[in-house]
Amino acid sequence: MAASTRTPADGPARFWRAVIYVTLIVFAAMYLLPLFVMVVTSFKSLDEVREGNMLSLPVRFTVESWRAAWGTACVGVTCEGIAGYFWNSIKMVVPAVAISTLMGAFNGYVLTKWRFPGHRWIFALMLFGCFIPFQVVLVPMAQVLGTLGIASSTAGLVLVHVAYGLGFTTLFFRNYYEAFPSELTRAAMIDGAGFFQIFWRILLPSSGPIIVVTVIFQFTNIWNDFLFGASFAAGGSAPMTVALNNLVNSSTGVKEYNVHMAAAMIAALPTLLVYIIAGRFFVRGLMAGAVKG
Amino acid sequence: MGAPAMPRGRTPTDRAIGWLQVQLPKLVLSPSLVIVLLFVYGFILWTIVLSFSRSRILPVYTFAGFDAYERLWSLPNWSVALQNLAIFGVLYIGLCTLIGLALAILLDQRIRIEGVLRPIYLYPMALSFVVTGTAWKWFLNPGLGFEKVVRAWGWSDFTFDWLVNPDMAIYTIVIAAIWQSSGFVMAMFLAGLRGIDNELIRAAQIDGASPFKLYWRIIIPQLRPAFLSAVIILAHMAVKSYDLVIALTGGGPGNATELPATFMYSYTFTRNQMAVGAASAVIMLMTIAAIIVPYLYAELRGDDRGR
Amino acid sequence: MRKMVLTMAGALLTILTTAGGLRAAPEVEVLHWWTSGGEAAALNILKKDLEGKGVTWKDMPVAGGGGTQAMTVLRARVSSGNPPVAVQMLGFDILDWAEQGAVGDLNELAAAGGWDMVIPAALQKFSRYDAKWIAAPVNVHSTNWIWGNKAVFDKVGISQPATWDELIASLDKIRAAGIIPLAHGGQPWQDATLFDSVVLTTGGGDFYKKALIELDAGALGSDTMKSVFDRMAKLRSYVDPNFPGRDWNLASAMVIKGEAGMQIMGDWAKGEFVAAGKKPGTDVVCFRFPGTQGNVTFNTDQFVMFKVGADRRPAQLELAKAIMSPAFQASFSMIKGSVPARNDVPDTGFDDCGKKAMKDLKEAAASDRLMGSLAHRHAAAASVMNAIYDVVTNHFNGGIKSSDDAVKRLVAAVRAAR
Repeated sequence: MAASTRTPADGPARFWRAVIYVTLIVFAAMYLLPLFVMVVTSFKSLDEVREGNMLSLPVRFTVESWRAAWGTACVGVTCEGIAGYFWNSIKMVVPAVAISTLMGAFNGYVLTKWRFPGHRWIFALMLFGCFIPFQVVLVPMAQVLGTLGIASSTAGLVLVHVAYGLGFTTLFFRNYYEAFPSELTRAAMIDGAGFFQIFWRILLPSSGPIIVVTVIFQFTNIWNDFLFGASFAAGGSAPMTVALNNLVNSSTGVKEYNVHMAAAMIAALPTLLVYIIAGRFFVRGLMAGAVKG
Repeated sequence: MGAPAMPRGRTPTDRAIGWLQVQLPKLVLSPSLVIVLLFVYGFILWTIVLSFSRSRILPVYTFAGFDAYERLWSLPNWSVALQNLAIFGVLYIGLCTLIGLALAILLDQRIRIEGVLRPIYLYPMALSFVVTGTAWKWFLNPGLGFEKVVRAWGWSDFTFDWLVNPDMAIYTIVIAAIWQSSGFVMAMFLAGLRGIDNELIRAAQIDGASPFKLYWRIIIPQLRPAFLSAVIILAHMAVKSYDLVIALTGGGPGNATELPATFMYSYTFTRNQMAVGAASAVIMLMTIAAIIVPYLYAELRGDDRGR
Repeated sequence: MRKMVLTMAGALLTILTTAGGLRAAPEVEVLHWWTSGGEAAALNILKKDLEGKGVTWKDMPVAGGGGTQAMTVLRARVSSGNPPVAVQMLGFDILDWAEQGAVGDLNELAAAGGWDMVIPAALQKFSRYDAKWIAAPVNVHSTNWIWGNKAVFDKVGISQPATWDELIASLDKIRAAGIIPLAHGGQPWQDATLFDSVVLTTGGGDFYKKALIELDAGALGSDTMKSVFDRMAKLRSYVDPNFPGRDWNLASAMVIKGEAGMQIMGDWAKGEFVAAGKKPGTDVVCFRFPGTQGNVTFNTDQFVMFKVGADRRPAQLELAKAIMSPAFQASFSMIKGSVPARNDVPDTGFDDCGKKAMKDLKEAAASDRLMGSLAHRHAAAASVMNAIYDVVTNHFNGGIKSSDDAVKRLVAAVRAAR
């Protein structure tokens, strides 16, 4: 639990607690400021956005931009908002997260409970994959996917995200299982349990927290990816980030900032929800040893 | 090495199954390994090949020697990009870790509103920078944002024109980047703090250690693994910080906030000089390797304790 | 029994596949970055036209960076062996892609439509490669315009300046009245748009051609170029200190609101003024950058037809034909603020600035003064253009202190980029 065990009644202690609360709240305000700007702008009309102060509350509160972002804003020739693209993103994100998490779990399991010579090298090799900049791999990836015939499909996108998520998922699970007592697995092995049995029966049940951690991390990264989504799934089957980008980054048209802000917040809703709901598990998950060596 | 109990079979099939059981862990690991070898190292190799070629708009496999590297080093943008990466990297990783740790320690003091504060610190990572960049641009722009607001409140001499100042613009990128990631770092440290053995802490408190000493000598060293994860996550974000820079400053004013990620993108895709882009990628990966590999080696070395 | 089931299955399969084949209408996949409301409206004209001819439009919009992201996505598509049917592209990019052998051949269509006669030679430079027509030009934007707030002009007592000195005098007058003289957005392409016009007015059309199109080192390193940089520095003194990073449309907003006197920008800015209810001619005045009347620096949007299989060719040709129809070009340009690429489109329906633009274009084309804009990819290849961007924007932002340095850096940068 927490390291402080002072009684709150002490004078100086009270003062310090107040200081702690104030500091935390000030920081929270600083973190919320950009969100405040975005929310407030999305509820203004475009004239107000052009005229006014960015921090001022809307004089004339309107949800027009939210409606536009959802259903009528132009994303190219079609002007139906970003609603339709959500499903494309989900179709792609869910398998990608599931597969990369599962593979990461197995990798972590093997690298910690079934050690073989060179396991540290393999781990390091996989870890380095976290750093590869996506711009570098775009063209060769396109060539490979083209040869495999899955270049403009969900399957291709899933493969790409799995490939570049493996480094992270392996990192999380490997650290977590490292802290998991080996006596339990060793006992099971002596009892004759097989490779998969040990995983399903012993490790997986207590992996809840780290699974949530990995899922949150992967979900955020894959949901917010633009480059691969635009390159490997075009037009109507594009993920939501591509639609958002088209909405926001139009070069020579009138910029409707209020619609942009509304669209961005709609686009971020799934991720925010995942964070808030699973936030509790998030901390508990890491607490259970994900970050321990 | 844990091997399952070998079935005492004499037939070749039994032996084959037995062999399979022993190799199973490696077999399970191999798809990941193959994927990583192809899609990470295979592509790195391809990039290296490309950096010695004459590629412009698409890959072209004619040998050009060190031409791309020579061009690279003659470009003033590249030195700016590297300098900026050093400044940005050090400040970003350092301050994010510091702020994350500080917030985690503070939040760990049995704060009643912790459940509200945690998501607030975490949410910036969820927002795509495509649009938060615009909000930040307004916020940091002297004429529209923070400076104007503070002046309106009465401090008419207040200036905060970093965004439009070529010397200071890189620091605005640091600010926005820290805003985005420090919450995640905080969460990692918070969890690490919660996993520390209470016996250790109680023993130290009985011995009369002041809170400061308690943290400095005992708790923070226990967080070393958390530091490893934090550094890896932050370093990868620092390297891939393309969206952030483009949304906030577009690389400007002038080229003041050029970073290797934007440089690479620009030369590979916008300027149709793929070979130069590849060369810059190779240099960058070498730099990352030079820093991360020793760090990994130091951290992973003592891991074969077989707990 | 089994045989019957199998036969039925086989029949079902055949029906399904042929039905699927019959139902598949020819479709064109078009990659572009026109994603704002106005641009979408303009494209929809084309889409409906094609649908009337039985061709489906498969939209592939990728906004960002004025086409940068779209070009990145294009590389991925071409590398994976599945290029889009048509791609919106600017200037030298078209030639770069043609060099890769990735584009198709429109010669038959061009001959039948008499394109050679109606497209100005300066535009044809980008629509053809190796004697083959490869792209269909849609419109022409010109970039050496100044947009001014008429009310501000009247208040301060100036009319449209016609020479550099008059421009400076006008800017001084505006500044004396407490209004920001020049609204500018500090992004490399905007700085370079200024550069285009200053080169044109300082050295004239011939100098522009020699320095920025032929990339003659002598011209690039000349004293004329030095004065260009001096003049750029002078213009710098008329912009407000918050210009770095400002989007072009926010600069237009400054002029619209009367906070600034004028903006140097291409004619897509007209859309911004019109959307805010300002009428070209009465509320907002448009005139050529002083000293450049008679010259037009342009950029043109063209749809490049990529090499596709025989099954997609007919639809591709339909698209090209539809793009080149005078009716489409007229309505598209009216919405976009540009001038049709065809020179045989009447100017009825265009506003004052549009009519002036068409007139200037005809004159410039006739006297060989229609030149590609460097800032917008129509004077030199992307690598050179960006190298010049670097020097110009650095100089404008104070990173390069003297014009001599700037000129030296310019020559070196252009050499390194070729």
